[in-house]
Amino acid sequence: MIERRPLFTLFCHVMLILGILAIALPVWLALVATTHENTVFATGTPLWFGDLGLQVFKDLLSSDSRFNNSALPITHMLFNSFIMAMTITIGKLSISILSAYAVVFFRFPGRMLAFWMIFFTLMLPVEVRIMPTFEVITNLNMLNSFSGLTIPLIASATATFLFRQFFLTIPKELIEAARIDGAGPIKFFFDILLPLSRTNIAALFVITFIYGWNQYLWPLLITTDAQYYTIVMGIKQMLDVVDGIVEWNKIMATTIIAMLPPVIVVIAMQKAFVKGLVDTEK
Amino acid sequence: MYMKKITGAVVAATLMSTAAHATTEIEWWHAMGGTLGEKVNEIAADFNASQSDYEIKPVYKGTYAETMTSAIAAFRAKQQPAIVQVFEVGTATMMGAKKAIYPVHQLMADTKENFNPNRYLSAVTGYYTSNEGKMLSMPFNSSTPVLYYNKDMFANAGIKSAPKTWKEMGEVSQKLLDAGAHCGFTTTWQSWTQIENFGARNNIAMADNNNGFGGLNTHFTFNKPAFVNHIRTMSDWSKSGIYKYGGRQSTGMPLFYTQQCAITMGSSAGLAGIKANMKDINVGVAQLPYDDSLVKKPQNTIIGGASLWVLRGHSSAQYKGVAKFFSYLSSAAVQADWHQFTGYLPITQDAYQLTKKQGFYQQNPGTDVAVKQMTSVTPTVSSKGIRFGNFLQTRDIINEQLEGVWAGKISAQDALDNAVKQGNEELRRFQRTQK
Amino acid sequence: MSSHVGFKNKWLPIALISPQLLITLVFFIWPAGQAIIQSTQLEDAFGLSTEFVGLENFISLFNDSNYLSSFFTTLQFSLTVAILALVSALMLSAFAEHITRGSTFYRTFLIWPYAVAPVVAGALWLFLFDPTIGVIGELLALVGVDWNPVLNGNHAMWMVVITSTWKQISYNFLFFLAALQSVPKALHEAAAIDGSGPIKRFLTISFPLISPTSFFLLVVNFVYAFFDTFAVIHAMTQGGPSNSTSTLVYKVYNDGFIGLNLGSSAAQSVILMALVALLTVVQFKYVEKKVAY
Repeated sequence: MIERRPLFTLFCHVMLILGILAIALPVWLALVATTHENTVFATGTPLWFGDLGLQVFKDLLSSDSRFNNSALPITHMLFNSFIMAMTITIGKLSISILSAYAVVFFRFPGRMLAFWMIFFTLMLPVEVRIMPTFEVITNLNMLNSFSGLTIPLIASATATFLFRQFFLTIPKELIEAARIDGAGPIKFFFDILLPLSRTNIAALFVITFIYGWNQYLWPLLITTDAQYYTIVMGIKQMLDVVDGIVEWNKIMATTIIAMLPPVIVVIAMQKAFVKGLVDTEK
Repeated sequence: MYMKKITGAVVAATLMSTAAHATTEIEWWHAMGGTLGEKVNEIAADFNASQSDYEIKPVYKGTYAETMTSAIAAFRAKQQPAIVQVFEVGTATMMGAKKAIYPVHQLMADTKENFNPNRYLSAVTGYYTSNEGKMLSMPFNSSTPVLYYNKDMFANAGIKSAPKTWKEMGEVSQKLLDAGAHCGFTTTWQSWTQIENFGARNNIAMADNNNGFGGLNTHFTFNKPAFVNHIRTMSDWSKSGIYKYGGRQSTGMPLFYTQQCAITMGSSAGLAGIKANMKDINVGVAQLPYDDSLVKKPQNTIIGGASLWVLRGHSSAQYKGVAKFFSYLSSAAVQADWHQFTGYLPITQDAYQLTKKQGFYQQNPGTDVAVKQMTSVTPTVSSKGIRFGNFLQTRDIINEQLEGVWAGKISAQDALDNAVKQGNEELRRFQRTQK
Repeated sequence: MSSHVGFKNKWLPIALISPQLLITLVFFIWPAGQAIIQSTQLEDAFGLSTEFVGLENFISLFNDSNYLSSFFTTLQFSLTVAILALVSALMLSAFAEHITRGSTFYRTFLIWPYAVAPVVAGALWLFLFDPTIGVIGELLALVGVDWNPVLNGNHAMWMVVITSTWKQISYNFLFFLAALQSVPKALHEAAAIDGSGPIKRFLTISFPLISPTSFFLLVVNFVYAFFDTFAVIHAMTQGGPSNSTSTLVYKVYNDGFIGLNLGSSAAQSVILMALVALLTVVQFKYVEKKVAY
């Protein structure tokens, strides 16, 4: 806190709470929905809790619940989602930070071309290139595999772009100092650059994890083996009812459960955020 | 000594299990979500348990559109499943891909599976048969549009029975409005209920060439006076409050659930859902209205839903399994159970009779309206079904134009003229890709 | 990019960048090339009959009034989403940065929307906006608005804009906050001693210093609005009523993925890629000049 301005601070809190209310409204709705009978949603959107209490959650988490179609217990699906999300996150962050490092701190032939090619990936959502991508995956024998599930999702440019932005703010003096000290590029990377990037890495970790966690179209397309079912695929299948009853309370309960791991990741990353603060005190 | 015995037993068991069960695995890609998906799994599991040669593996692949696109992407990569569930609007595309599909009648003949096409309800299979009456795909979940009405609101307005004709729709709705209803009727899936089935019910084709069955050189005709008058009437009703548009697909249902509108038209398979959502309200089911200035006795309606297509590129062992599975699916017991659980139509006479015998229709009033609507008359060329290439896009076009009419932006004639013109472009484009 | 002092190695950077390049080539460039080829063809869905038609797909697009009007719809949609998402997130993060207590709480709660699976988010907002049973619909009726997104194009547009913006606010908030928190406290302290209030400090110190992140978010939001929003439109309005919410990317998705008109969809993708590439180059050349590195 730089100075004491209680009124302004109060104002900030009020605005933030209003912001949370506005933005969290659908999430609140989802939570409330888990406590109502499904038929309630035909005639209104309940804003307060209903009679079912935690029953739906209990049913979902009980060990003999045949979750949807895959006959996979919900824990198995959460596990699949987790593996997928972690692999994508670690993979994406690793290759992106290396690419950004290469593009910003070195001069090599084809540098700009490489940067634009990578950047280009932002502009092609998977649905648009679905047929050829499916063929590529098949030719590489990657259907029904974790590598097929994760590798195509690793390369999009957001992380590279963000790291590039951040690296460009690193003062020249730092590099000069490192060179004078006799540090090569690798030492510079690990001893200086990586610690400085902590905040960005933490933010990207959260975003990428959630991105990987919420994937459903890609896994749906390239897997036929129920083993690989992720939790969001499960949710989608419950929603996908054309002529019958939609089991809203079950869907919302699963959504809430599915939201917890990303939220845990956010909380776990808080330490990195704070540490990043301290480190930038030059 | 003891260990030897155990090892021996284990070895023997392993040998036995690997030798006896070389089951042929058959993939079935489907779009059934929610409880329907669980039912699909049940059917497959029961079939698998009933014999040991074949194993059907149902795989959920998303919505109808996602499933179809997946199957096509897989086909292009030579990874297609043996069976895929395709919605009715995809029929022309599937039919046109002669090198990719294995017509059901041919499959049954080639695998020497017992198959009698006459057991099937012609109104249901008509959609999926060729001009010579040969079945191309196996109907699986077929629905048809019916009229749902709020008996309580009717009683309140002093109306005794559901309207049978469109003229009565107007009169009944006006009475309902006078008694305090917010609107008389709404509808879902407007292209399906107000254009395609309007034509079928009143025995009027919506395109030449027998609604597209005759070949690819088809032209739409649903901008003829019969259709225009209907849409124009609905447009007038939209202004007076008799009719309220609720959105594409089934988004209009809340209007019926909340008792704003007393009548709606939608899929027969929606009955269970409607009853569950309106537990304390008396809901009735009636046949879709017809225009008594066009026909004296209404025709059957066209089906919706999906069918199962068989794709080429698999072994003859797998195809034998598919044929056996199709026989299993068509058996009276399985069909009756599926029909009763889902509200989709039974595809065979036997299943219908069995359901009747089981007293299902008596215990669940309204569940036989759809079947009766389909079986009381013989389908004509105008009510057998439709076969249009790229029809999914044409439905979108019709949706867009009709929305303009309901919003009062365009006249019924202009809207239907536009839709016909753009729809014909879609037909021509499809024609060009079929060589 | 600014001229930067770097390291002299030639092979190390190539080694570092090659994993990403490889994946990019195989999973993006190759399919993009296929899309370009497909845009010149007329084929059936299964690929069993292919006819080379040159620029015909492109020409029929430009003769289609629906396609041309979707340019305007897209612009309207993307600008609104990007601006709303950026401004609200920036304000919220500025507030969150100022306070010391509770920032973990706010950060956790404001990220929840992003954690909701998009398929479910669309369903939830559809509920809220439903003209018959939705809370927002009821509130608007109280104020005299006849909320009807199934017939009123403007209402439908607002509906998809707000839903698409919603998710992005969390995303932007997270990055803005990270950026704001890495502005050295010493600068703020010095300015405060000079008498600058928090708002002035934000405008003169924080905002310029976070410009690399702002630029990043500007591009990402814009790209998101242009490319990733078809799922919401598909779930809520399917481009209707009467094409009022049919954006360029929605048409690509609807014509290609749903309608299986691969040639036209590919042609539309090519046009879209060219458009965004152009806009990105413009952003990099002109807007980036204002970014402080």
